[in-house]
Amino acid sequence: MAQATTAGAAAAKSVQHVSKPLPLEYLRKRWLQAVVLFGFFFLYFPIIALMATSFNEDKRNITWKGFTTDWYVKAYNDASLFNALVNSLTVAVVSTIVSTIIGTMLGLALYRYRFPNKASFESIAYLPIVIPEISMAVAMLAYFAQFLEVPLGLFTITVSHIAFSFPFVAVVVRTRMAGFDESLEEASRDLGASGQQTFWNVTVPYMMPGIIAGALLAFTLSLDDFVITQFTSGPGSTTLPIKIYSMVRFSVTPTVNAASTVLIVITLTVAVAAMAMQARSEKNMVKKNG
Amino acid sequence: MRYWRREWQAFTILMGPGTFWLVVFFLVPIGLIWIYSFLDRGPQGQIEWVFSFKNYARALEPIHLLIFWKSLWISAVATIFCLLLGFPMAMGVAFAPSRWKNLLLLLVALPFFTNLLIRTYAWIAILRTKGYVNETIGWAYDGIASLYAGGDPTAFTPYEPIEFLYNQPAIIVGLVYVGLPFLILPLYATLEKFDRSFLEASLDLGAGQWQTFFKVLVPIAMPGIVAGSLLVFIISLGTYLVPDVLGGTSSEMIGTLIARQFGASRDWPFGSALSCLLLYVTFIVLWIRALFAGRGNSGAF
Repeated sequence: MAQATTAGAAAAKSVQHVSKPLPLEYLRKRWLQAVVLFGFFFLYFPIIALMATSFNEDKRNITWKGFTTDWYVKAYNDASLFNALVNSLTVAVVSTIVSTIIGTMLGLALYRYRFPNKASFESIAYLPIVIPEISMAVAMLAYFAQFLEVPLGLFTITVSHIAFSFPFVAVVVRTRMAGFDESLEEASRDLGASGQQTFWNVTVPYMMPGIIAGALLAFTLSLDDFVITQFTSGPGSTTLPIKIYSMVRFSVTPTVNAASTVLIVITLTVAVAAMAMQARSEKNMVKKNG
Repeated sequence: MRYWRREWQAFTILMGPGTFWLVVFFLVPIGLIWIYSFLDRGPQGQIEWVFSFKNYARALEPIHLLIFWKSLWISAVATIFCLLLGFPMAMGVAFAPSRWKNLLLLLVALPFFTNLLIRTYAWIAILRTKGYVNETIGWAYDGIASLYAGGDPTAFTPYEPIEFLYNQPAIIVGLVYVGLPFLILPLYATLEKFDRSFLEASLDLGAGQWQTFFKVLVPIAMPGIVAGSLLVFIISLGTYLVPDVLGGTSSEMIGTLIARQFGASRDWPFGSALSCLLLYVTFIVLWIRALFAGRGNSGAF
């Protein structure tokens, strides 16, 4: 039964419900439990099965023969696979740094300033988030290969990753700034701080959870991207998803599953850190406003 | 909020890099594709600067219209299945006890951060002839059959694995799998914040659970249903990876058709025209979605 453990309107509501026979506790209905369980099974079984087979001694089949970490050793010793991981991390780090900086600046500007045609500018700035990946991928390919005639490689991959990552950072930073109390900046100025001092000592610290969450998001987006990377990569610039793709085309082996598991663990760790960061910053906001 | 001219220097510095990147590495490439869509393909696959609507005319040929139609149809079916599975799940999360809610939400959101390619190819191991589904059915079938045959393995024909992969149903399964969290989250956002006393009032006044569901809950949830469904629909429509990995040669979608023009077929102007058409359809759907969002104020991104 719902216990009011957290503050807020939702909990207050559930307290009312405790005393009633609760026709609204849908999750206690068997059929709904069955559907929800099936839904989560559907969402998680494929990934868990894939991770499990990366520890399975059996090479071809899905039957469990025994626990082994051999496939990880094999993946680690596969020079091209390891090289792909290094490429992926290199691109992700550079892309994260650049897109965090320009995304944060844009997010702050969009929060702070009114300017003509702002609504249109915003919908254009958020376009990279919503357009089909394949449309952006072929556009980048045509632009780099045919129009600019730069050789495709880690450089073109990184530039493209920044292009689709920084709008996400801008959104996250802007959302964070929505809870900002501008009188803090005014107080700082009144107390004699310069504009620069106020920016670095008042505004930036407040923005920080948003910046970190945005950066982690940009990192996972870059590390996970396949479609746009496939069209902007050249020979010798294979990233881990591209390498996994070419291996899967051939056949699904436990080694691919081991490499995939490594990629999943890296991104999930980063993503959970980002979500924890955002939850913390939201909590601070609630504290401040409530 | 301040007017930009009051601090035009700071404004320019903050806006500059983002605007530059957006224009030079996003808008110009998209614009380039738009220009290419009116050009012609040379005999070696090079681009010839002759203006024509030829590529758009080609996109309307029956063979390509059929692929467009199939993509729309597959996306619609995937969206409906997503809704059938996602609505009860969103309800389950929204009406869950508060201490479970965050965990359930996290479980819905986590797949977003799992590599799309890996999540898609994971289905190969499940659907292939020696995969989990076939092995399970086979095990059950052989068990029951041998029970009937009195344990004599020669008395019945063993299970013939079904080919679940490389066809349209496989693509639909993959799209539902990818789209489900995109449907649950906006739907959850609407179901979470509406006034529960509407449901209580309906039940108190003598309506049954089903009546309450269809006459109260569904209308209230409509903005979330529309927002989530349209999102799943455009994601499915523009997909390239899912039909590429799980589909066969006969189950091409717009995304794979575009990719092929930039790959093996080497017809960039035609591929550009297809890509522009896909963009137009996406924008129209997004526009419809914005209209609904404005009216219902679902607030979901």
